[in-house]
Amino acid sequence: MTTAPSQHWTAVCSLTDILPGTGVCALVADRHIAIFRLAGDELYAIDNIDPRSGASVLSRGLVGNLGDQLVVASPLYKNHFDLRTGACLETPEHSVRSYPVRLSGDSVMVASG
Amino acid sequence: MKILLIGHGMVGHKFLEELAQLRQPGTEVTVLCEEPRAAYDRVHLSEFFAGKSADDLSLVAPGFFEDSGFTLRLNTRAVAIDRRARTVTTAGGEVLPYDKLVIATGSVPFVPPVQGNDRADCFVYRTIEDLEAMTAAGARSRSGVVVGGGLLGLECAKALRDLGLETHVVEFAPRLMAVQVDDDGGRILRGKIEELGVRVHTGRNTLEITDGARARHRMVFADGSHLEADMIVFSAGIRPQDILARQNALAVGARGGIAVDDQCRSSDPDIYAIGECAAWRDQLFGLVAPGYDMARVAARHITGQTEVAFGGADMSTKLKLMGVDVASIGDAQGRTPDSRSFRYMDECKRIYKKIVVSADGKQLLGAVLVGNADEYGTLLQMALNRIALPADPEFLILPASDGKAKPGLGVDALPDSAQICSCNNVSKGELCAAVAGGATTLGALKACTKAGATCGGCVPLVTQVMKAEMARLGMAVNNHLCEHFPYSRQELFHLIKVGGIKSFGELIARHGKGLGCDICKPTAASIFASCWNEFVLKQELASLQDSNDYFLGNIQKDGTYSVVPRMPGGEVTPDGLIAVGQVAKKYGLYTKVTGGARVDMFGARLEQLPAIWEELIAAGFESGHAYGKSLRTVKSCVGSTWCRYGVGDSVGLAVELENRYKGLRAPHKIKFGVSGCTRECAEAQGKDVGVIATEKGWNLYVCGNGGMKPRHAELLASDLDKETLVRLIDRFLMFYVRTADRLQRTSTWRDNLEGGLDYLKNVVVQDSLGLAAELEAQMAHVVATYQCEWKTAVTSPEVRKRFRTFVNDGRPDARIVFVEERGQIRPARAEERPAAMADSTTEMAV
Ligand SMILES: Cc1cc2nc3c(=O)[nH]c(=O)nc-3n(C[C@H](O)[C@H](O)[C@H](O)COP(=O)(O)OP(=O)(O)OC[C@H]3O[C@@H](n4cnc5c(N)ncnc54)[C@H](O)[C@@H]3O)c2cc1C
Repeated sequence: MTTAPSQHWTAVCSLTDILPGTGVCALVADRHIAIFRLAGDELYAIDNIDPRSGASVLSRGLVGNLGDQLVVASPLYKNHFDLRTGACLETPEHSVRSYPVRLSGDSVMVASG
Repeated sequence: MKILLIGHGMVGHKFLEELAQLRQPGTEVTVLCEEPRAAYDRVHLSEFFAGKSADDLSLVAPGFFEDSGFTLRLNTRAVAIDRRARTVTTAGGEVLPYDKLVIATGSVPFVPPVQGNDRADCFVYRTIEDLEAMTAAGARSRSGVVVGGGLLGLECAKALRDLGLETHVVEFAPRLMAVQVDDDGGRILRGKIEELGVRVHTGRNTLEITDGARARHRMVFADGSHLEADMIVFSAGIRPQDILARQNALAVGARGGIAVDDQCRSSDPDIYAIGECAAWRDQLFGLVAPGYDMARVAARHITGQTEVAFGGADMSTKLKLMGVDVASIGDAQGRTPDSRSFRYMDECKRIYKKIVVSADGKQLLGAVLVGNADEYGTLLQMALNRIALPADPEFLILPASDGKAKPGLGVDALPDSAQICSCNNVSKGELCAAVAGGATTLGALKACTKAGATCGGCVPLVTQVMKAEMARLGMAVNNHLCEHFPYSRQELFHLIKVGGIKSFGELIARHGKGLGCDICKPTAASIFASCWNEFVLKQELASLQDSNDYFLGNIQKDGTYSVVPRMPGGEVTPDGLIAVGQVAKKYGLYTKVTGGARVDMFGARLEQLPAIWEELIAAGFESGHAYGKSLRTVKSCVGSTWCRYGVGDSVGLAVELENRYKGLRAPHKIKFGVSGCTRECAEAQGKDVGVIATEKGWNLYVCGNGGMKPRHAELLASDLDKETLVRLIDRFLMFYVRTADRLQRTSTWRDNLEGGLDYLKNVVVQDSLGLAAELEAQMAHVVATYQCEWKTAVTSPEVRKRFRTFVNDGRPDARIVFVEERGQIRPARAEERPAAMADSTTEMAV
């Protein structure tokens, strides 16, 4: 394989498993990854674990936009995470990782490395 | 310094509060209080009949005497002053020394000197004891007469009517409220009062009271006519209680009262007099606000501030008598030479308005308003601040036509010194300073300045000042929900309802921009639910729900959920309890009985929720909506069914109410309480909606709150039958649902409501906005379309599928681990987690 080691793609579910405007959590090589589907078929993936509480819940937050940023609000303390970068808007030290995610046919693929 | 205060009434207590605030070291304060209880709110005395207790009326903040170190002596009457020795003697013979003496003995009711005025069942209207005696007599009477058709007399007539008596008012003058209103105003007022079932007899001079033929008393009048009734209340004016001054050669005013100077000192500089017992430049003040001013002046002067002065008071008044607005400002009778007046009279709606202007037409001198006093605040400020009148002053009192706005006062025109709230002496300047300091909501402004917190009459004006000042400071007077919608929640509600909008996509396309956020999405979802009441997890609605609503459970700190089945009224069968216990045991859940009188189960993982609920539903339970901004619980006491004191079936009513309003989505959670008698064991007055059983039905209280900022609920209506009660609750709740801001509990909503409690009563009880039918219909729709969300969820494979921890793996979240505490589970703390996780992995492996 010539792809970089961080680009190991895993198929986690089909697109219809994610209701538009919501997220799900996937278990990929022991990582909890939140995958969001915005209106249309836009997909984003970040860590599912909320650094402030240590609970695995970010996929259950509400998604939307604040200015130019696409965000999810943690369901526990309502702090916002940038869906593209995982940056926490209110407390940068609570930022999380983001992951590449794409659609292959009907299959949602995420790259965890 | 020893300060001795005689009289612990409204003004006396204000004096103590001022003194405590000044914190003068080395003062020793003793208070002689003739009444058996500490100071109470005499202004709202009549509310005693509406169910307020002596405690509710108390003016003394908890801990006041402990904190201030002042000594209060109840049941202690002062009978003599020795000015030379500087001592006061009590009725018990005790002699107390003073350095400064303050007399605040108030007034005594004037009883006309007619034969028979001391017969049994003849009363005056001044103290709680008077009211208790009247209530007792009312129970054995069919009819009652009030002697005196002034302010107090009419208030008293309402009380008699509320006691269920055939009620008469006898007035010596040719019209009611002779001091405040003119002939035409008096006539309109009389019509209004008679419409309410009170018989008015004006121009009657009572000669004597004798035995009646058909009732206990007969009043014989000078014109030969007579009137019979079982009880009589004298409310023919008040006289200053100045006997201590007269006995001790202190100067008294021309019409009585202890003569005082601008510093409230009597003719003896060590003796002060304040409140209704004092005469300033021969004037007596029968209202509380001038007394409060005197209390401030005296407290400051005694503690060494020499520059303070009492400058008289404006005697303008605005009242609601039996639901009729009456207001009088300045020279209401037009006695100023060459003054002219404008009058507007509507004999159909029974409204009368008059303004008196100066000869040159430039200044407002006085006004009378009967039947509708909306312009009171504006007119009062115009008169007090001598603001130049508009060219056509008549438009100030004419009803607005063709949507043309009335000439406003323009609060900008007011000087900073203008007193906006007379009860608490708050000026425009102080309000502006508070706004600049960050008080930018009505509630905040009230809390920090006290403006509008007593009678509430100035609240519309306070709001105008606040908005104008915010605009002037360049603060955005912006109530937009969020960046996606340039509307307030109330406006959004209207857009959704009128536009028939049922999806977020349509809403944002038509009225907003962007994708939405965690503020506007749940707000829209809540409004959709209040308007259309569709299943909240329906495909188009699901993505708008906050996590709690999305998974129909309250998310906990570790990502698990609580499970709360509804137990209406807190009632549960033994089988129900067993079923709950079995479910909790089977799924290893933590159980707790909550303040809402039901059982919560904690620690359920996402993927367990459907199975848990399936079992609960099979056992007859429904969703308790503990996760929603919606009706939570209706707390109740056991009521007349079991309790030997109960007068109403509180559990039965609580169950009915909980079943009626369960599932109603609102701006915030809603809690109810129903008590079976006035002992109030269900603490209904600390709830959003509180119901208390009375001998005659139910009293309805609203907008109470426990929690963070406790607020006593207020009486909205009394002695209701059940049907009326439910109708009023329907209207109240829907009005709240429509107009409140997001996450605003009823208590804060009420604090920010411009017209205050009166406005709320008008809308809900009198239907002043003509909205009642619509509100009721909307509630009927919500009630008719109720469904148990959990039942719908577990029976829909589509919805059920969403309850899984991992989209690609059936295992539970291994990070959720518990430890044991007091025989039950609790989430492991961060430092306990590694060990606990290791344990649970081995367990799973076994
Ligand atoms: C039913 C009712 C409705 C009212 N409505 C309004 C209204 O809407 N607006 C308004 O502005 N005002 C209203 N008032 C008037 C208002 O209550 C009075 O202006 C206010 O209470 C005056 O306060 P005060 O302290 O001077 O007198 P009070 O409150 O009467 O207090 C005087 C106290 O001194 C005690 N006392 C007297 N002599 C002695 C003694 N020798 N030794 C010890 N104690 C003594 C008395 O027992 C009493 O407790 C109303 C009054 C009543 C009765």
